[in-house]
Amino acid sequence: MKFLSDKALERLRGSSVPDLSGARYELRELIARGGMGVVYSAKDERLNRRVALKVLDSTSAAPELTQRLIREARILAQLEHPGIVPIHDVGRLPDGRVFYTMKFVEGARLDRFLAQVNSLPERLRLFLRICDSVAFAHARGVLHRDLKPANVMVGSFGEVLVMDWGLAKVFQGTYPSLETVLISPKKENPEKEETQSTVITGHGTVMGTPGYMSPEQARGETEKIDARSDVFSLGALLKFVSAHSPGKENAPLPRALKAICAKAMADQPENRYPGVPELATDVSRFLDGLPVSAYSESAFEKLGRFYKRHQVAILLITAYLVMRFLVLYFFHR
Amino acid sequence: MNKILLGLLLGTVLGAVDGGSAYFTPAVRSMIVGIVIGSTFKGLIAGIAAGIFARKVNSVPLGILFGLFVGFVLALLVALKQHGYYFEIILPGSIVGMIVGWATQKYGALPQPKQA
Repeated sequence: MKFLSDKALERLRGSSVPDLSGARYELRELIARGGMGVVYSAKDERLNRRVALKVLDSTSAAPELTQRLIREARILAQLEHPGIVPIHDVGRLPDGRVFYTMKFVEGARLDRFLAQVNSLPERLRLFLRICDSVAFAHARGVLHRDLKPANVMVGSFGEVLVMDWGLAKVFQGTYPSLETVLISPKKENPEKEETQSTVITGHGTVMGTPGYMSPEQARGETEKIDARSDVFSLGALLKFVSAHSPGKENAPLPRALKAICAKAMADQPENRYPGVPELATDVSRFLDGLPVSAYSESAFEKLGRFYKRHQVAILLITAYLVMRFLVLYFFHR
Repeated sequence: MNKILLGLLLGTVLGAVDGGSAYFTPAVRSMIVGIVIGSTFKGLIAGIAAGIFARKVNSVPLGILFGLFVGFVLALLVALKQHGYYFEIILPGSIVGMIVGWATQKYGALPQPKQA
């Protein structure tokens, strides 16, 4: 039996390995293949460091894909945040394909990382860090539109990075400069003709991942997509993060947490959280043992939560009172 | 409020309340003022010690254990001086120490690092 090398397999698949001759990068290995492009591990010869290089799958890729990749690179460049993978460079390869390089993240995909995390609070804290990055992007006027476990990486030092902004959409947010950057690139920019429009996903185009995309996104109603669409995806992600605890797959979720997921994943956008910060606040409150906006609890549940929150103090004070009573009763009758 | 001040105040209040509970023991009711003053002072010392410990060590279980130890030692010293009432003094004193140890870990501000 003869085994084929990765390169030989690439050739059989019909997609070519990028030609990096003359470029400052040396190709190492294929990391991942997505709908739009391929991500390779590469070495930046000039800076002598490992980078991740994303390039279109083939030299004959449709112009809109080229446009999308450049757009993704530009969006990433605007999103400087510890929870968003930083971009280093963008350009064209000798074979004409557009590429960009970004930080090479050593770590595990969220779904694989969670297989080692048992504690629900720890998982929820990790989720909150994803919310931070997405909320930051929203504040800069960018929607991710493809949030799912496979697009979140947890680095070897615990850093949580939101990846793959290929389906990102710029909307009229509170940060107008990004819109300006994307609509009006500088004149000397070689990719000028490819970046004239921010609206490249027309009505009826369905992009996203089933199970994680909002109903309006699944229906291709792109004009209706706003921050609440990402809230839906985060709700699905929260459900995944909370439910897939190793060894506790069938354990029921706390009702308040279930209600948070349900509110985030409501069919109608107006029934969801208005934005990511509101969702994150509810998750934080749940973590702190406080009531959440998504769930109205009974008096008994309130009592239970109060006890859980102040368990040590209640036990110590009860121990003191019981001991005092016993001392008085038995020693000084 | 910083942890030492919190420990001092809480230790003082709980010490005074604990000392005041001696009122329900008819045999020592006549000495209630001295008991309350002594118990308040004991709580004050335990509170300050727990506050200092909480500034150095950030752990609720260790804080409770430290409170238990300080409360126990101080109450034992008082009981030895009294030549009696060991259970009545040591048990509540130790639990009060635990409560103060827990509270100083859970609440109160740590000192802010100095700005360069």
